[in-house]
Amino acid sequence: MLSVEDITMRFGGLVAVGGASLTVPKGAIVGLIGPNGAGKTTLFGVIAGFLKPTSGRVSFEGCDITALPAHVRAQEGIARTFQIVQPFAGLNVRENIAVGAFLRHRNSADAHALADAVGHRVGLGADLDKPASSLTVAGRKRLELARALATEPKILLLDEVLAGLNPSEIRDIVPVIRSIRDEGVTILMIEHVMQAVMNLCEQVYVLAQGRMIAQGTPQDVCEDPHVVEAYLGRGAAERLRTVGANHA
Amino acid sequence: MTLRATLPILIILAVLAAIPLLATSNSVLNFIVFVLIITLAAQGWNVLGGVGGQSSFGHAAFFGTGAYVSAILQSRFGINAWAAMAIAMGVGAIVGWVIGFLSFRAGLRGSYFALVTLAFAEVLRILANAAGFTGGAAGLLLKLNVGFANMQFSSRGAFLWLALSLVALTLFLSQWIASSRFGAQLVAVRENEEAARALGVDVLAVKLRAITVSAAITAAAGCLYLQYFLYIDANIAYGLWISVEALLAPMVGGKGLVLGPIIGAFTLHGLGEAAKTFAASVPGIDLAIYGIILVVVVAFAPEGVLGVLKKTQLWRKRKAHAATKLSEEAA
Repeated sequence: MLSVEDITMRFGGLVAVGGASLTVPKGAIVGLIGPNGAGKTTLFGVIAGFLKPTSGRVSFEGCDITALPAHVRAQEGIARTFQIVQPFAGLNVRENIAVGAFLRHRNSADAHALADAVGHRVGLGADLDKPASSLTVAGRKRLELARALATEPKILLLDEVLAGLNPSEIRDIVPVIRSIRDEGVTILMIEHVMQAVMNLCEQVYVLAQGRMIAQGTPQDVCEDPHVVEAYLGRGAAERLRTVGANHA
Repeated sequence: MTLRATLPILIILAVLAAIPLLATSNSVLNFIVFVLIITLAAQGWNVLGGVGGQSSFGHAAFFGTGAYVSAILQSRFGINAWAAMAIAMGVGAIVGWVIGFLSFRAGLRGSYFALVTLAFAEVLRILANAAGFTGGAAGLLLKLNVGFANMQFSSRGAFLWLALSLVALTLFLSQWIASSRFGAQLVAVRENEEAARALGVDVLAVKLRAITVSAAITAAAGCLYLQYFLYIDANIAYGLWISVEALLAPMVGGKGLVLGPIIGAFTLHGLGEAAKTFAASVPGIDLAIYGIILVVVVAFAPEGVLGVLKKTQLWRKRKAHAATKLSEEAA
């Protein structure tokens, strides 16, 4: 459904993403993980149309969308959330979600009805009339999700929607994400919370220093020595193995 | 449009509409008409600057274009005043679109956008002052010829009703915008452009639509000014004064709110007139008052008079709520 081919994104002399590729099949939940500064959010920016890649191609449902601006991609059905939450601070929660709903509903009664439904769905039902600026971190993350969902996307790009949440908040939101997928929305998620990645994703890509170093099921990827080294440093996989052997 | 939101508008309109029936003093009627013209210009500004957050410092460009186009069409081509006004609004809208296209496409925001609009207004002022067909520095005079077709009325009250009906139309337009898709997208652009883009909002198109509507309304105010005073020159039509009036009223009344411009315009000019009456010996006292009000509003009430009213209302409600709770607990 979504395929990213050989994307390179350079900022001056810095190569943030170098030749990264990934594909997301329809109906899947695919994870994108990697250490801090690996270029995950940059890659999201390229997919959603916020950044113009130095080279490479993004295609969606078989069409090359590399040249399309962000708002057209949203109309085509690609919705993203922001890692650093971006609420419309002057609006209340319902109005925030309605901006997303207005993408496919011109009539304001329809848009507000959809906003209400989506708000309840992600657990913001009690906060719909509150100003967005009064929400807690967990609430703002839900709001990001709700707004993106209200655009009725085909694919949802979730950028660390679980970061900063406590374990019980994560337990609440994981089933919501799964139910969104079960309704036919494909999901690509950046996530650091491994419990959720293991739980949700069928396929995981690992980005480190701008390069895709591994892909596979969550279990395979966690055991991949390249991945362990990317997180813990050179030689870490070897040391872990010997420590493990000594313990055995 | 709910009754709750429409009721204050209807009350204000009814009070203003009743004034010509009660007051016969020319100075009172003159004052109201002048403030209504300012209100209309400010309502135009409010669409772009208040709801859309793109603060223009050059709405004189649209006010002046409206006034000049209407004056030239009437005096040189003998076109009916109402048709001239419609065309003038159209030309004002086009000028708005062009200025918007040039500055928004270049990504200008905040003070950069404000400065560019100021520059456009100044360029138009200098051109109008120099060109022959605008009457140059001598300005343009409309022939006094009272009659409905010429949009000239023997009674000031009739003109007040004309100005008031345009203000009323714009109030309802603003209220419609506030609840529409366009309004939601415009506010989204004001609050956070990146997030708006992510939700499929075409930021440039929304801003262009806003500046076009905004310019057309302010151009209508320019036409009204012309019809009332029957004379314009470059310093009146394209002068800095109207750019300032157009942005000051919504800022004092409540930026982005439907009633902001009308409340702000009447507050400012009401205080200005009062100051002139009570301190007649001090020339320019009304301007000094404007300055003080602006500083106070920016420093202490960024949401304007309406924002303060809303806050005190909320505060009272909370206090009342707390009081009933306390008495319940005591009982």
